[in-house]
Order: sequence, then structure tokens, then C-alpha cells
Amino acid sequence: MLEKTAIQIKESDHVATATVELLPSETVIVSGIGNGRPLKVEERIPRGHKIALRDIAAQEEIHKYGEVIGIATKPISAGHWVHVHNCRGAKGRRFDASHAQQQGD
Amino acid sequence: MYTIAAAPKAAASTHPMHNSKVTDMKFKGYRRADGSIGIRNHILVIPTVSCVNRVALDIASKTGAVTFMHPYGCTFDAEENTTTEDTFIGHGRHQNVGAVLVVSLGCETASARRIADTIAPTGKPVEMLIVQKQGGARSTRDAGIEIVERLKGEIAAEPRDEGDVSELIVALECGSSDAFSGLTANPAVGEAADILVGAGGTVVLSEITEMVGAERVLWRRGKTDRIKQDLMTLIKEYEIELSMTTQDDSGVFISPGNIEGGLTTIEEKSLGCIYKAGTQPIVQIVKYGERPTEKGVVIMDTPGFDIASVTGKVAGGAHMVLFTTGKGTPTGSCIAPVLKISSNNDTYKAMREDIDLSAGDVLEGTKSLKQVGEEIVELVLDVANGKEAKAEYFNIQEFAIPNVSVVRKEVIHQKLAEQNDFRFQQP
Repeated sequence: MLEKTAIQIKESDHVATATVELLPSETVIVSGIGNGRPLKVEERIPRGHKIALRDIAAQEEIHKYGEVIGIATKPISAGHWVHVHNCRGAKGRRFDASHAQQQGD
Repeated sequence: MYTIAAAPKAAASTHPMHNSKVTDMKFKGYRRADGSIGIRNHILVIPTVSCVNRVALDIASKTGAVTFMHPYGCTFDAEENTTTEDTFIGHGRHQNVGAVLVVSLGCETASARRIADTIAPTGKPVEMLIVQKQGGARSTRDAGIEIVERLKGEIAAEPRDEGDVSELIVALECGSSDAFSGLTANPAVGEAADILVGAGGTVVLSEITEMVGAERVLWRRGKTDRIKQDLMTLIKEYEIELSMTTQDDSGVFISPGNIEGGLTTIEEKSLGCIYKAGTQPIVQIVKYGERPTEKGVVIMDTPGFDIASVTGKVAGGAHMVLFTTGKGTPTGSCIAPVLKISSNNDTYKAMREDIDLSAGDVLEGTKSLKQVGEEIVELVLDVANGKEAKAEYFNIQEFAIPNVSVVRKEVIHQKLAEQNDFRFQQP
């Protein structure tokens, strides 16, 4: 069976994109700039979704493509799924005055 | 035809892609009276109002001319009416068009006279029929068929001349994206964009909605401070518009399908999208449907809706369109080949009749982005030389113009004035 891979694009990225579905306790090969290093998968990650390459603290900026794609809303440890449940974007939010209060979710 | 040669031309020599195997980039096109070169020699039938769409379609289908269907042409506000007329004019003036027949109803807001008169200075034959003066739909159709048959004879002698890739304008578009678009198809098109721009050509990136979140990267790429600042203002306008169109404060402006596919934020989507334009400096920002005057990477102000975005870039003189897609789409244009490039091989296999090339081998690790980028450049040259895009073969001709109400624009500009702080400019 072929090795399962997740693609890391830039050195500074916190995440890699799974090319196939990843399952807990499997080992995924981090390809691209990741140079084929192995990483233990901690939870199910659907095809096309992101896996954390290292521990990420709450409120830390999450990088992909070498740029910020969002902020961690809770701590995420390596091998876990990074998506809308633990990563939030900063752009395009409402520009009204009540914005600041509503943001504390 | 392009050839595989050893040394690139001077224009490409300082470029990171200088060792690309695709170098001598010539093609056989149609030299126009104004000096521009087309890659097709279409006769375009322009229905100036939707009331005459069917008449235009009948003329085109009986003669092999091309046309487009649209719901526009009447009772707009002045600004939208101008955009509509200008989009028709942009198609009529296009290098890929050898002759034009304008079909008008006679009482619409869009001015058939202005459209015909603005196309005519290009030197190509322009004819006009007015249904209300012609005696009705059938008489207009019959007269139109006769005119097009005559025009065919007139443009048949149009000489084929050698064109250089530096004369090409290639539009970049994405639609029905998936999580792999930003990993395979978009960066592969980016490699192709670098090769084309390195050889002196022009690529046009648009869909400002899909630049929201990628401001830092685009800021760095602006050639001048003015371009940087104008681009940031433009993106901010769209960000404000996005924020006005959502029901809550979720800040989520990507589709449910995007989220299901693995995209988490608009930033992530945008960063993947802008890969299409490669790495070279942004030299100009143009309005919807406006023709670039600079060569290199150009940005056009279009909405994120694929069809309106493609229509604007074609109206702005794009010879062809490189259209990346995750899940697949049949989109085409009436006068410019639209080449679809899929992000994965499954979609290519599933929609082989619509998709021209797959970047999926990158995902499977059997090809590099650069290799696929070179394949795309080869395809661009083949298509410039006359090879049909799949959308051309199947006569797929979509057309749309963005509608932005003046009232909404005013609100956006007011909010923009309040919110004009660009925090990303700080290191």
C-alpha cells in the first residue's frame, strides 16, 4: 500500500494538507518542504483537510503558504485536525461598533 | 509553433524560470489593422438587448458566427448602462474578432450606435441591424445571415502573421475550487504565469473578493507605492461589501463546499487563489473590462463570480483564459478559449469532456509544479496556434456582467473612509 502523505508548502507552516483521509495512530509522511518526515496522526483528518505539524498555542497565528490563515481559538497539539472548530479567520468581519463585544467567542 | 531550444530570449534571462524548456514562444495569429494580433478570427454577433438574443443566436448558429446570450441592455442606471455597453464594445474590439454584426431592437437603453461607432475605429468591418426597422425577427435573421456570409468572405483573406508571446494577454481564473486548488492547479498556473511574464507577456488576475486575506503578499508585489495603495483600497472595498452581505459576525465568507473540502478561512482560500499569478511584480490595476496598457502581472477589478469575472477580462482584451477548478466546470467564452485545469486527476477523469489539463500528478508526486507549469505554457501556445479548447469545441459561451447598485457603492465608500487603516502594512 502507498504511504499516506500530507503536503507542507513553506518551512514556517504550522499545517500540512492531507492528500488522503488520515486515521488515528497512523503515520503520515510530510511531503513537499517537509522532506518526507513521519508524523503521528492523532485523530481522523478528512482528505484535503489540515493536520497540525507541531503544537500550536491558543491565540497563536496559524501559518500556511508561509502566511497567516487564521488564529488558533484553543490549543492544538501536533497530529490533530486544524479547521473551523479551532481556527478562526480575522478578515471580512462586520465593521459595526458592536463588533468588539461580539468577538470574544 | 514553439520549439524546445537552449537559450531563452533576453527578456527572460533575468527571470527565475530562465531554464524553462519552453523558450522560443511564437505563434501564428491574425494581425489586425491597429497592430494587435488575434488568435481567432471570429465574426461576433452582438445582441445589444436581451429582447433580440434569439435573433442573434439564430444568425450565429446558421452561419458559424459567435454570439452570447445575456439578460442586459435596458433600463439600467447610467453607470451600469455604461458598463454594459463597454463590455459589448470590449468584445467587439477584441483582437480575436475579425468582424462584427450589432443586432439592436431599436428602443433599448444600451446604444447600438455608440457600440458600433466605438468598435469601428479598430478597422474591422462593423454592420448593424435594427429589428424594429428591419420588419421583425425573421427578416432581421435573414438579413443577418446574408451579412455574416458576406463578412466571412471579407475576413477570409485576413493574413496570418507570426505573433510573439509578449503580445499575449492571458486571463487567470478559478472556480469550483477545492482544497487541492491551492496546492496543484493554482501554483502550476503560477509557474506558467512566471514563464509567460518572463517572456514579456501579460497575465490578468481578478476576483478581488478572493484577495481578501492575501493583502500582505499582494502589498509586497505592487510595483509602485501607488499600485500597492490602490490595490489595498480596492480589496478593502470588497471586504466591507462581504461584511455587509453576511447575516452574522461569523467572518466566514467561503462556501459550505469549501469548508467541507478543507478550506477553513477566507485568508486560506485567497492565499491559494493568488498563486495563479506567479511571483512577478504587479504593474497595473485596471477597471472592469478595461484593457491593460502595461505588460506583466495586471489586476482587474472584478467580482468573484466566475462568469462575470471571465467576461470582464475577455472584454479587456484577454486572448485566452487559464481557468483552474477543483470540482470541474464547463465554462467558456464566445471569443476567447477558456482552458480548464483541474487540481486533481479524479475530477479530470470525471469531466474529461470539459477539462483540458490536470495538475493532479503533482498531488500524486509524479510531476513537479514546474513540469505542469511548462505543460500549461505549451498548451497556451498550441491554443494560440489554433488548437481548440474543449469549451470551444462544445460551443460553450457564457456571459455575465456584474451589477453593483450605486446606493451600495456609496455605503461601501462611506465605510471605507471610516475604516481605511491597513494594519498589515506594519511588520
